[in-house]
Amino acid sequence: MALIEARDVEIGFGGPPILSGVNVDIEAGEIFAILGGSGCGKSTLLRHLIGLQAPQAGTIRVQGEDPAVARQDAPPFGVMFQSGALFGSLTLTQNVALPLEEWSTLDADSIATVAAARLALVGLDGFENHLPAEISGGMKKRAGIARALALEPDILFLDEPSAGLDPVTSVELDELLLKLNANLGVTIVLVTHELDSLFKIAKRCVMLDRDAAGAIASGDPRALRDDSTDHRVHRFFNRQSSGAAPA
Amino acid sequence: MSSDTLRVERETLADGSVQLRLAGELRLDASHDLRARLDALRPDPAAPLQIDLSELENLDGAGAALLHAYAHACEDSGARPRISGARDGVATILELYEPRGKRPCERPPPQRLSTVEHVGNTSWELWLRTRDALDFLGNFALACLAALRRPRSVHWADLGKLCERVGADAVPIVALIAFLIGLVTAFQSAETFKQYGANIFVADMVGLSMTRVMGPLMMAILVAGRSGAGFAAELGTMKVSEEIDALRTLGLDPLSFLVIPRVVALVLMVPLLTLLADLLGIVGGLLIGMSVLDLTLTSFLNRLSLALDLWDVGTGLILSVAYGVAIGVIACERGLATSGGAVGVGRNTTSAVVTILFNLVLITSVLTILFQMWGI
Ligand SMILES: Nc1ncnc2c1ncn2[C@@H]1O[C@H](COP(=O)(O)OP(=O)(O)OP(=O)(O)O)[C@@H](O)[C@H]1O
Ligand SMILES: [Mg+2]
Repeated sequence: MALIEARDVEIGFGGPPILSGVNVDIEAGEIFAILGGSGCGKSTLLRHLIGLQAPQAGTIRVQGEDPAVARQDAPPFGVMFQSGALFGSLTLTQNVALPLEEWSTLDADSIATVAAARLALVGLDGFENHLPAEISGGMKKRAGIARALALEPDILFLDEPSAGLDPVTSVELDELLLKLNANLGVTIVLVTHELDSLFKIAKRCVMLDRDAAGAIASGDPRALRDDSTDHRVHRFFNRQSSGAAPA
Repeated sequence: MSSDTLRVERETLADGSVQLRLAGELRLDASHDLRARLDALRPDPAAPLQIDLSELENLDGAGAALLHAYAHACEDSGARPRISGARDGVATILELYEPRGKRPCERPPPQRLSTVEHVGNTSWELWLRTRDALDFLGNFALACLAALRRPRSVHWADLGKLCERVGADAVPIVALIAFLIGLVTAFQSAETFKQYGANIFVADMVGLSMTRVMGPLMMAILVAGRSGAGFAAELGTMKVSEEIDALRTLGLDPLSFLVIPRVVALVLMVPLLTLLADLLGIVGGLLIGMSVLDLTLTSFLNRLSLALDLWDVGTGLILSVAYGVAIGVIACERGLATSGGAVGVGRNTTSAVVTILFNLVLITSVLTILFQMWGI
């Protein structure tokens, strides 16, 4: 059984479903991407996989369990939200330390060490004691990733981690994700629009579409780019406007 | 996972240095006593130290960070440790968390302030706040003038909704509270009136107290809690999520777009709510008059018409207009002055309500004295 399984999932907000019949299997240890145009429901699908929202129909299982069921032990995944969602009243160090204080057995000194190391990992060394309101958008993203990594999660959910990052930082982030994946076996599920980054790190992906209200393709992104006959998929990977004639 | 997955062995090498061999796994949940365990195996902290990781199978980020921190701490005490022998996966993580070239922290962690510093800061902030508030008042006055000259520059489309939120939605609670206040004031004094056979004067008392001060003030306090807090939190949230900035970039002035409609809604609705409160307060008094003091409806109403003149209701309404302006201006000022995320919104909303309550009392005192001087 796959690590994360979505079966015939229907997602909506009361009106007509924005996604239906979505099937996703994410294996342990892979890097999986969710693709699609803006507003097609990528973030929403991610929220469902995490268990923040329940599907209108179908089932979602993470490690064989319903992700929405409240657990007694530490959360098995780290999540970075599209807007960072850092706690505004806490410094960056305190943001990262919060889950460690709650769930780890480390003493205060070690927690500070680990939190500082996580921030350094995403290039935020020097900003340990800044408040979220005092750092830039891209820095918030990276701080969000540091917080998501705090508890050494087995699964990492990232909503557009490289959006708003400069090319160098973005490449460094890709390398970091690859290293975490290769050496710690972290499963990574990410939403991304960055094609370069996608081809570099993701082995498999699912592509959602707003008009189809569902998944239109899945598989290796390189294969989809090269072989897909679906003109919507073709347009996405070749950066063509919807007015362009299908090839 | 149990916490004894990490094994540490010590060996003293020929050259007198100490070698600590880590084996097994070093992970977040097993790292809590790392420092103590390593220290315990090093009776002489000055002896050269080597840390051998060749048998360490698993290392995660937290473990790596703590190991680096330990090596760094040893370095400070003289013995320069060498970490060696890490296998591929372990070495990558160790390198990833290597603090080499780490930039120093730009500022110290936030400190708890001493009482003196706190008082100093607070007074300074109070001064800054007063200055900003006066600034805001000036800008608001200018915006009002501009609005009078060009009424179409104001975003009137929201006015109806705002009036509904401030006025109509408050009617049930206003009615209930005013009625109960009338009832309670009359009931409290009923015994005294009875003793002096002055039953009929309950009409004077309830009528005058409700219309002149009690009705307007109670309603203003209620509106401050409902709409004042609501507007401050609303504008505050807009401010911290950059919506106010977005308005500006769209060429819309937050004053004429957000503030003026809210102040106008309050100026229209607070007097209406006050009239309703006057009426229901008197009904409450009437009920006590008829049930406890044996008055008839006609005698109560006759007495009331003698005791009250139009100015009693009028001064109450003048008060309530002033209250409406104060609630609107202060709530919006505090809202737009918000910074610092969710905490900031909470702080400024609280500050808005407190400032409004203070100003309501101030307005009441000043206007009551003025009315007295003018003899109305
Ligand atoms: N709370 C909500 N209530 C109603 N509809 C919502 C809600 N949140 C999102 N939606 C709708 O769901 C759709 C998908 O939103 P979502 O945030 O998942 O898009 P996305 O694919 O992540 O887009 P982007 O790439 O711009 O982040 C949108 O059309 C949006 O209007
Ligand atoms: Mg999104």
